[in-house]
This record gives sequence, structure tokens and C-alpha cells, in this order.
Amino acid sequence: MFTQDVILENVLVCLRDMIPGAETVGPDSDMVDDLGLESVKMMDLLMKLEDDYDLSIPINILMDVRTPRQLAASLIGYLEKRNGPV
Amino acid sequence: MGLYDKFSRLAAERSSLQSLDPSPFGTRIDVVYSSTRGRIGGTDVILAGTNNYLGLTFDEDAIEAARHALTVEGTGTTGSRMANGSYGSHSALESELATFLNRPSVMVFSTGYVANLGIIGTLAGPREVVLLDADCHASIYDACTLGGAEIIRFHHNDAKDLERRMLRLGDRAKDALIIVEGIYSMLGDVAPLKEIVDVKRRLGGFLLVDEAHSFGVMGANGRGLAEEQDVEDDVDIILGTFSKSLAAIGGFAAGRSSEMEVLRYASRPYIFTASPSPSVVASVRSALKTIAARPQLREKLWSNAQRLYDGLAALGYSMGPRVSPVVPVMVGSKEQGVKFWRALIDQGVYVNLVLPPATPSGVTLVRCSVSAAHTSVQIDQIIEAFAALRPSLKLTA
Repeated sequence: MFTQDVILENVLVCLRDMIPGAETVGPDSDMVDDLGLESVKMMDLLMKLEDDYDLSIPINILMDVRTPRQLAASLIGYLEKRNGPV
Repeated sequence: MGLYDKFSRLAAERSSLQSLDPSPFGTRIDVVYSSTRGRIGGTDVILAGTNNYLGLTFDEDAIEAARHALTVEGTGTTGSRMANGSYGSHSALESELATFLNRPSVMVFSTGYVANLGIIGTLAGPREVVLLDADCHASIYDACTLGGAEIIRFHHNDAKDLERRMLRLGDRAKDALIIVEGIYSMLGDVAPLKEIVDVKRRLGGFLLVDEAHSFGVMGANGRGLAEEQDVEDDVDIILGTFSKSLAAIGGFAAGRSSEMEVLRYASRPYIFTASPSPSVVASVRSALKTIAARPQLREKLWSNAQRLYDGLAALGYSMGPRVSPVVPVMVGSKEQGVKFWRALIDQGVYVNLVLPPATPSGVTLVRCSVSAAHTSVQIDQIIEAFAALRPSLKLTA
């Protein structure tokens, strides 16, 4: 259920809701440099993902994350580390 | 790639807002006349951006105590307490704070920031989970990162959201650290400690409350929000600073149990920081006595806060959610905020400009901090300055 592609699609939907004019945001958009997403907004995005999936996801996974694709990969990596293959 | 290239975006943004003189990002208060008056450039201003809540920076007893300590103990300790030893005054301050707070253990640090690093960063190791209010101060985030704990945020002041996130943690919630603040520094609102304590009683965890802005300000005896909400016994550690109501610099942690003493040998920010200077310790000890002996300072502070809040609200400004010594006023865009802040100085009022992302919800605000030392006339002058600028802002209440 929690495939990287599914999560990535949800991240993109969330970003388009959060950032006016971000319709062109893509999997490899730089969320900081291209989209101007500040660190607080990144953490808010993660809180929304926690609620969407009813999971605990620490903000530590955001370290070194710059793009939606990296975020999805980091999230999947965390879930696999805690719970085994997802 | 150059050493500073990664800061180019930040540098560009700051320089676009920094053409004003004085700049909101490098304000220089050229002369400090008193705890509420100073001069910026050629303009005399009322100081309303200081966190000097009880107005004790020029308290005669504190100054005399600091002067005496300088004379008999010198200008600095020149080392850490672990390596170089504690002065008697360090231990005396810890003992006096413990008595004031009615707690068995107090550790003193050289700044409030270091207190948070030293306590939270040591307790919240890689195997721990921290649940922190999303609007917690940067020092708390930094401390959690230093320790390596898993950090889960909950929505600001939302005990139900805290509960939801603790339930998701399952058994891990029983050992989690819950961290909130007393008064929040941006909007002046306070934590719903009773509700948070109720969650803790049912689901477990340890509660740390940073009373940086509420120590000396709230509670019948000035012990902070936990005292005011009658939940002190449920707070495992109270964190605080000397740089606000106590009018100096430094920080402390007060444990509900003497077990906290072990952190003196585990907390690297405690072990490897030079200890507070004798004059600072002396002025803090004096200010603590003053807080205990003069509750009327708190009464005056809250009276001033009510007067300022009511006056600005009556002008139609968008304000914080409650009366508080921290009085934020929303001022639109970053550019509007910079102009407004500068115009306030021209009107003779110095406040703090706070821009996103340091503010909640991405708002730009000017933050007034009220002092017990402000006279009613000064509060009215601040209101008049805001009144003069009201037409420049197209805001609704």
C-alpha cells in the first residue's frame, strides 16, 4: 500500500495545495530553491503525511531531503527500517 | 563551490530588506538610558522590544550585588565547572532557585539556549522519541537534533493532537519526552498545560516545560505557567532563562527529582561551557529575591499588558490571541513589516520585527514586549505611535 510512487503522488498533491502557483511542481523540483519552501513548511508537510497515513514519521527523515522524490524515498526507507518491508 | 555559496539565497533576501538604516536585522541601540528608554541613531525611543518583563536591568540592588561580586570575585570564572570548579555563588544560586521553585534539583547554565541543549539534548538520545509543540523555540529543535532523538511535532497548543500522535507511538509513548513552552514568544499565547498533563497521566511520558517567557511573569509566586495552572507536580523538568524577567544572562533546569543531578556528568553543553560570571550570578540572585518580595511588579506588568493590548486592539490591529506581556501585531507582507517597523522608530518606539519562517503561519509581525517598568504614559505613547501609523496599513481587525 505504501509504495514510493503512491507517496510521491500524494506529496505532489500536497505541495500543489500548499504553494500557490506550484502546479508545475515535479518529482525532482527543489523544494527549497525552486518552490521556496521554508523548513517549517517542510515540517508541516510531513505532519500532513503522518495524518494521511496515520503513522508516526519523525522530522529527522527530512535531513538532506530536497525534492519530492527524495522525500518519498526517505519516508519509505524509514518505514522499512522500523517495520520491515512495506 | 565557495564556502558561503549555499547561503546566497538567504543573502539575497536579506540584502533586499536591509537597505534601511537602521536595519531590522542589525539594530544598534546606541545609548541605553534606562530599562525602558534608549537612543537609536539620533532618535530617542521607548524600549518595547526587550523581554525585560519586570524591568530589573537597572535595579539598584542587582547592580550593587553585581558590582560587589566584580570586586571580590573578579570578571569571569575562566573555565567550566567540571574542569575548573564551581564558585560558591553558583551553588548558592542553584540552592536559592530550588527553594524558590520548591524543587530538589537545579542546574545553572551560561545561557538559556545552552540550558535547553544541555538538558534536552542529553535526555533525548537516539533511542528516545520527543513530542514537541510545533511552535517550540529553535533552541528546543536544536537540542533534539543534538541528542539524535526521533522528533514528532504536534499541532500548536492542541492536546488532542498530542494524544493522537502518542497513541500512534504505542508503547513508545510511555517513555517519550513531551516538550512545550509556558508563554510562546511569538504570539504570547500559553500552553494548555492542564490538558497536556491529562494526556500525560493517561498515556505516560515525561513533561518538560520551557518557562523562558513565563518565569517571574505568571503564577501567584512567579514560578510560571505550571504554578498558575496548578500542575507543578506533573512537570518533570522546568527550563528557564535569566535573560528575561531576571534581567541578566544564563539559564536553568529544575528537576522534580534529584535524579536530574546525574546530568552534571552526562551533559556535554554543561561540562564543556565556561560557567556564568560572578557578577551575572550575583545580579540574578538579587533579582530572584526581588521577584519573591515584590509581587506588585507582576501586577504592574499585567496591568501594562492589558492597557497596551486593549489600546492596539481598539485601533483595529490584528493581534495575538490573548493579553500577554508579549504583544504581537500582524503587519502584512515582509516589505510592509520592514517599513512599519522603521516608521515606529521615527515615532519614538522600538519593537522587534519578526519575519517568517520565525513566525507561526508565515505571518509578519512586530512584537512589543511589555515591562513592569513602563509607565502608563509610555504605554499610551506606544499606542499613539501605532495610531499614527494605522492608516498606512490596509488591514482589518
